[in-house]
Amino acid sequence: MARKFMKGCEAIAEAAVRSGCRFFAGYPITPQNEIPEYMARRLPEVGGHFVQGESEVASINMVYGAAGSGTRAMTSSSSCGISLMSEGISFAASARVPLVYVNVQRGGPGIGAIQPAQQDYAQATKASGNGGFKMMVLAPSTVQEAVDMTYAAFDYAQRDRNPVLVLADGVLGTIMEPVELPEMRSEEEVKALKAATRSWAPVGHDSTVEPRAFVDAGRWSTKEQEQVCVRAEQMYADWEKDIQVETMYLDDAELVLTSYGICGRIARSAVRLLREEGYKVGLIRPKTVLPFPTSTYTGLDFSRVKNILDVEMSIPALMVEDVKAAVKDRCAVHTCCHAGGEIMGRDEVIQAAKAIMNR
Amino acid sequence: MERNLMVAGFGGQGVMLLGKLLSYAACESTDKNVTFFPSYGAEQRGGTANCYVVISDEEVGAPLGDQMDDLIVMNDPSLNKFLYKLVPGGTLFINSSIVTTEITREDVKVVRVPVTEMALEMKNPKVLNIIMLGAYVGYTEVVPPEVVKDTIAKQLGKKPAMVPVNMEAFEKGLAIGREARA
Repeated sequence: MARKFMKGCEAIAEAAVRSGCRFFAGYPITPQNEIPEYMARRLPEVGGHFVQGESEVASINMVYGAAGSGTRAMTSSSSCGISLMSEGISFAASARVPLVYVNVQRGGPGIGAIQPAQQDYAQATKASGNGGFKMMVLAPSTVQEAVDMTYAAFDYAQRDRNPVLVLADGVLGTIMEPVELPEMRSEEEVKALKAATRSWAPVGHDSTVEPRAFVDAGRWSTKEQEQVCVRAEQMYADWEKDIQVETMYLDDAELVLTSYGICGRIARSAVRLLREEGYKVGLIRPKTVLPFPTSTYTGLDFSRVKNILDVEMSIPALMVEDVKAAVKDRCAVHTCCHAGGEIMGRDEVIQAAKAIMNR
Repeated sequence: MERNLMVAGFGGQGVMLLGKLLSYAACESTDKNVTFFPSYGAEQRGGTANCYVVISDEEVGAPLGDQMDDLIVMNDPSLNKFLYKLVPGGTLFINSSIVTTEITREDVKVVRVPVTEMALEMKNPKVLNIIMLGAYVGYTEVVPPEVVKDTIAKQLGKKPAMVPVNMEAFEKGLAIGREARA
């Protein structure tokens, strides 16, 4: 297939359209404006709808409504904008509405900085809203991965009837790289995908023939609410089979670098260069940060792996807490971090790794 | 094999377009991996603007390299700020019309291109970036000039009247780049 040179945000938007997304509502914020800009132009071409909401709150609730009707729907924002959407995301999880959203992370907390960061790991994986729900969180490292993951996100969302988050960052959103785009789903396929939601989507049923359909984020009996939580917990356990993780040199590594998203590719590149110099380093790069590849860490041979170096564009480091929960006290866990929009340098990662190995 | 280029100047000099055209051409003429990373703050015209292009046989790791094999500087502040990033033996391309600071490093090659003056002589001050792109391609041969010309024509698709002057600008730069290499 021919390669196309595309900006991360635009590639994400095109992948969504190709996966069958036909509704987008969003509100501008740097560094993800190219997603709504692209959607505004592209969706009408395929019979879809784009709305620039009056706010993030309005946008997520429009997406909640559209996805609640069985239409593949998406929004995107960045960090503080995502915070404003948290109520709608929690409602979608409660009502089992399969929306997709993208967080092109910037510096934080608060309004923070418009430059790239990875400060939202905890928000993405632990509490994206009230109520203790979970979502699959896909964390691409390259524009190609962002494309493939966005395309798949809609399928996961529909399969589970649960929101899915694509956790990108300002570097990934603004870089341009060659990509191979997935097949455009035909109008017939998109219609069939929507038709498959008819059993639960309130799209106008003749209640004498079909059962009534509800999208409802509230429960009026305690038992019913508990059942909803129990069923959700079973779904989370089923995600074990969906774990995606890239590993390198774990068969002989003494130091394992671990990182996701933009830092994941920088760490991978650092591992290659360190190997050329003879350093026995390896890599664990979670591609799904939820479900988290815990067993990849617990499966390490700790008689050989004495140290892990966690690389993140977040201070404090956040993914490191999941890493520590997996390895417990079986080896030392170090961090190499930046924040505020400062971009991780490959040399810094290499120096941090050498400092540990030459000790 | 990985090649890192940084282009630095101020907003309005076409720094981003220079990097982007080169990246498009590399994507179209090779099966190599290419990453273009624009870096700018909230400001637009007059503010600092720089971009990075990595062309690599392997998947690109860091979109923003620590050290540059090639550095294009379009103004003095960029030279002072980024010269240290150039590897020993690397190549520095300067807009010699307005970069007046003396180059203190002796371990780098310097290609001087008076792009601002040349663009003014062509009565189109905007094409200074295309002249510099020509000089870079002529000197480095990192992508075939014909592919870059096709890319320029394609990217200017909506303004066909602008194609000839940009082609002329590219050719002028190309000649300077080739001469500097010889």
